Amino acid sequence: MSSLPTLEINDLFAGYGETEILKSINISVEPAQTVAIIGPNGAGKSTVIKSVLGLVNVRGGKINLNGQDIIGIAPDEAIRQGISYVPQTHNVFPNLSVLENLEMGAWTRKTGIKERIDEMFTLFPDLQVKKSKIAGSLSGGQRQMVAMAKALMVDSKIMLLDEPTAGLSPKYQSEIFQTIKKINGSGIPILLVEQNAKQALEIADKGFVLVDGANKVQGTGKELLEDSNVARMFLGSKD
Amino acid sequence: MWQTFGFEFVNFYFIPGLVVGCIYALGAIGITLTFGILRFANFAHGEVMMIGAYFTWTVMTLVKNGLGFPIHPLVAAVPAIALAISLFIFVDRYFYKPFRSAPTIRVVMASFGMMLVIRSFVQSVWGPNQLTFVPGIARPNETVKSFTNSFDMMILMPNKHFWIIAGTFVIMLALSWLLTKTKIGKGMRAVSDSPELAKVSGIDVEIIIRATWIVGGFCAVAAGVFLVMDLQMLETTMGFRMLLPMFAAAILGGIGRPFGAVVGGLVIGLAEELSVYPWLGNGPLLSPGYKTGVAFAIMIVMLVLRPSGLFKGRLF
Repeated sequence: MSSLPTLEINDLFAGYGETEILKSINISVEPAQTVAIIGPNGAGKSTVIKSVLGLVNVRGGKINLNGQDIIGIAPDEAIRQGISYVPQTHNVFPNLSVLENLEMGAWTRKTGIKERIDEMFTLFPDLQVKKSKIAGSLSGGQRQMVAMAKALMVDSKIMLLDEPTAGLSPKYQSEIFQTIKKINGSGIPILLVEQNAKQALEIADKGFVLVDGANKVQGTGKELLEDSNVARMFLGSKD
Repeated sequence: MWQTFGFEFVNFYFIPGLVVGCIYALGAIGITLTFGILRFANFAHGEVMMIGAYFTWTVMTLVKNGLGFPIHPLVAAVPAIALAISLFIFVDRYFYKPFRSAPTIRVVMASFGMMLVIRSFVQSVWGPNQLTFVPGIARPNETVKSFTNSFDMMILMPNKHFWIIAGTFVIMLALSWLLTKTKIGKGMRAVSDSPELAKVSGIDVEIIIRATWIVGGFCAVAAGVFLVMDLQMLETTMGFRMLLPMFAAAILGGIGRPFGAVVGGLVIGLAEELSVYPWLGNGPLLSPGYKTGVAFAIMIVMLVLRPSGLFKGRLF
């Protein structure tokens, strides 16, 4: 196994236009790990993911995927390099069927599309029954499953999830976290941005707490769950 | 019943309405695809229809003068389509692409400028006056006439109308296959749904844009050739005059919905023609001069009552 982290972000400065959001962020995702980024609204959690994909202006620092510098690459090139990305909202093509959504996820793939679709239907059995349904007609949870399956259609080196449980019912939230565990169990490292900090840290090997665009606390998921400051600020604990 | 009502209605209102509707439908496909995928109203679309018809006329004339025999407009349209598509791609590369991430109004204005450039170019090369596309009177097809007459339902359909309706039907089938069965067609629908998501799904949006110009250019030239086959003459303002009903058709069907544009085109074409039928009394319901007003009225009503169109298109 490679000793290099799958994704390594060092001293990252990034933002939109003139506004600087991230100020010296350091995050690393080791092979087969699930890493959660938590923090209050406006802390820059989603901006970290968008920096990896080349969707925001990166002003300084390093982003390496398996040791290769990927700063400044176009989003479609990032996908071609094996980054699976699930945006927070508008993450499926609503007027395409479930199957067509998966096919669009495989745009950069040259071979093995049918086999990969079958693998996705094994991972997400609900989708097989609904493969001809228009994605826009599915429930929020099912749409999230389509979005994740679509993102995994590439030969995934890492999966980036931007608040995958936002707006979902508690039942679907648990289901999504179980699915994330399952995906990670297949060997795909995961970088997860979540508002639902407690559940995210429960499945995470490592967690990073961001406040105001900078690293505040970091540790294993268990350590952060047990940290009284983190618990008081982000997990809703009254202690 | 047929003699008192049906004959006149079908032959002089319904079939011409269907023919005009087919032309609007083909033109509206390109407009709705450009609107849905590139997010702007392309004012130069009508001019591509027009220049495609001029290219076709030129190929027909060159073959007739050079080889001594006439060729059918649909054959001459093949090289004309290639030229029009090249023009579309050239214009996109050098005039629209630089504005891709600028506010939409800039590219809309660029397309307005391009409309004037293309029309001026055509006027300089072919002259500002009308040209005859096909001389003579279009007589009804005798086979259709005698066949339908044996059922006491005589239909007077000239060959040109048959070609327009049949040609549109074939293009619709091909378009349907392209959009639902091919990777590029599904990609076009995906980009129309969400260009941002398409980009982060790895879809090569520039290839999709090129495909959009190819499909839009093909349909635009087909619409232009069908229009001049119907009118039997060419003029440099014909594309501009088609612009409003084609936009109305695209909005009626729903922006970004090619099949909606087809339905929208047929509805607008039929509504225009049927608005001059003597529904009340002996005179036309509306003066023929108000035909374009019907398309405009439908567009306004649709924008007020259901801006997403009949097939839930994109809202801007």
